[in-house]
Amino acid sequence: MVTKEKRFHSVRLEGEKCRGCTNCLKRCPTEAIRVRGGRAHIIDERCIDCGECIRVCSYHAKVAVTDPLSSISQFKYKIALPAPSLYGQFNNLKSISHVLGGLKRMGFDDVYEVARGADVVSKAIRERLKDPKLPRPVISSACPAIVRLIQVRFPDLIDHIVDVRQPMEVAAMIARQEFARKHGVNPEEIGCFFITPCPAKVTAIRNPIGHEKSAVNGAISVLEIYGLLSSQLKNTPVDLTLEEASDIGVGWARSGGESFAVSPDEAMAVDGIENCIRVLEEIEDNRLKNLEFFEGAACTGGCVGGPLNFENNYVARSEIRKLATRQTEPELNVDSGMMTKYDLYMSGRILPNSAMKLDDDLMEAMRKMEKIEKLYSELPGFDCGSCGSPTCRTFAEDVIQGDATRMDCIHMMKDQLRVMAQQMVDLAKTTRE
Amino acid sequence: MAVLLEKSFPVEAGAFTTAGEASTTIKRTLKQLGINAEVLRHVSVACYEVELNLVIHSLGGTLTLLVDPEKVTLISKDVGPGIPDIDKAMTEGFSTASAEARTLGFGAGMGLPNMKRNATEFDIQSEVGVGTTITMSFALR
Repeated sequence: MVTKEKRFHSVRLEGEKCRGCTNCLKRCPTEAIRVRGGRAHIIDERCIDCGECIRVCSYHAKVAVTDPLSSISQFKYKIALPAPSLYGQFNNLKSISHVLGGLKRMGFDDVYEVARGADVVSKAIRERLKDPKLPRPVISSACPAIVRLIQVRFPDLIDHIVDVRQPMEVAAMIARQEFARKHGVNPEEIGCFFITPCPAKVTAIRNPIGHEKSAVNGAISVLEIYGLLSSQLKNTPVDLTLEEASDIGVGWARSGGESFAVSPDEAMAVDGIENCIRVLEEIEDNRLKNLEFFEGAACTGGCVGGPLNFENNYVARSEIRKLATRQTEPELNVDSGMMTKYDLYMSGRILPNSAMKLDDDLMEAMRKMEKIEKLYSELPGFDCGSCGSPTCRTFAEDVIQGDATRMDCIHMMKDQLRVMAQQMVDLAKTTRE
Repeated sequence: MAVLLEKSFPVEAGAFTTAGEASTTIKRTLKQLGINAEVLRHVSVACYEVELNLVIHSLGGTLTLLVDPEKVTLISKDVGPGIPDIDKAMTEGFSTASAEARTLGFGAGMGLPNMKRNATEFDIQSEVGVGTTITMSFALR
């Protein structure tokens, strides 16, 4: 594996809780987990922070590092940026304003809806789709786990990713600037905190893709604030002007929301990372040449399915549907001034991640590949995971890369023991004679 | 330059359930070798087309991947039925795909032209009653 500097990852392992089972091993979409010495290890370069392992770990050994609510006190002025999926976490929520008002009462000076950012982003993507030169389908940049998945597993599709920043970034830029102007304060003193449904967004704030620095200062998980916020919902909101996002923007909380916003008739929305992989393979093969836009969400149901949410994704999805029904036409209420005022577009290229590469040198990579093929042909093909690698194939790769030995395979070991036992018997016979 | 890597995949006629599997494995192999994105894209498109051609039109055959430091080569070799008129087969929009294949979205008559467009070098040899061999290479630099 190519070694690189230590990257920040929100998804971590709590070693003492891990039992070294194969649950996460089998589910990781980038084969980034190995069990060594009875514990799981995450291969830094490969992890895309999708959070699949957090979801499947029976022992809660996989966790997401997020910021505590108390971290907002480092800033003089604090703005909450709730993900639209947050609105789906409460049973029969009376209005979105109840949530926004509740956040303000929790210590935030202001609230700016990420759904409003999504309105602006929707318009920016629509502009991009007018360019016939962009390779089709244009791929959404909203789910950071999918963007990272493409960097690792589909480097040839990077050019398809639309160069528009994520709604939370756009929301943070607008929120900060508007607050600073309105109150005449220094923008540096304003902290923007995203209320996040997933670890991928946390990582995207620390390590932005396609631009230098994030406009977001921290990420607090939905679970962290859930209890406190629910208790605030009984109060009648005083400020109804906070709620200004359209139903289209709120709809981004669930799979299909973005598609409806940018290209209702010619887009495809896919949720669940394995499903996304299947469709990305098809895009690679040029089987979806008539598709205009691809929206992929790593989580089932879209952001409402994020592992840091409280409510299950089906319930949250229907709650969102109830809240965002006023608007049935994909009309956006975003004035064109917004479009030029902020940096809506990425400033840098998205680069491929070469973590899957066997070697930097092609000749050496081919030699390794040959050895891998040979070893693989000798393996049982059970993909049992007992060796600590997710499949027999990855085990062969690990052995050739020097990260495992043949005898880590219990089936190879059994064969070896049989041979040795026979040798002992033979030896015993000869010495007796 | 000697071929350093060779992988062959048998492709069954009419096997739509497994269609595309060889292409997926070939893509994975090339990504692990670190083949650059642009070449990868061309190989992916041509590879899937040629694999589907084997499924739809041939009586079965083999898809072979060869890699050397200069190029990636794909060879599709089938056991029939052979193409009577190659020029016609190479024409955009011409297809002999079955009704079954058409319901699955194939048969637009873009297969062979698409392969030719994506490959650096493209060669097709065919004899009726014997079989067809398509050789495509993709330059690495």
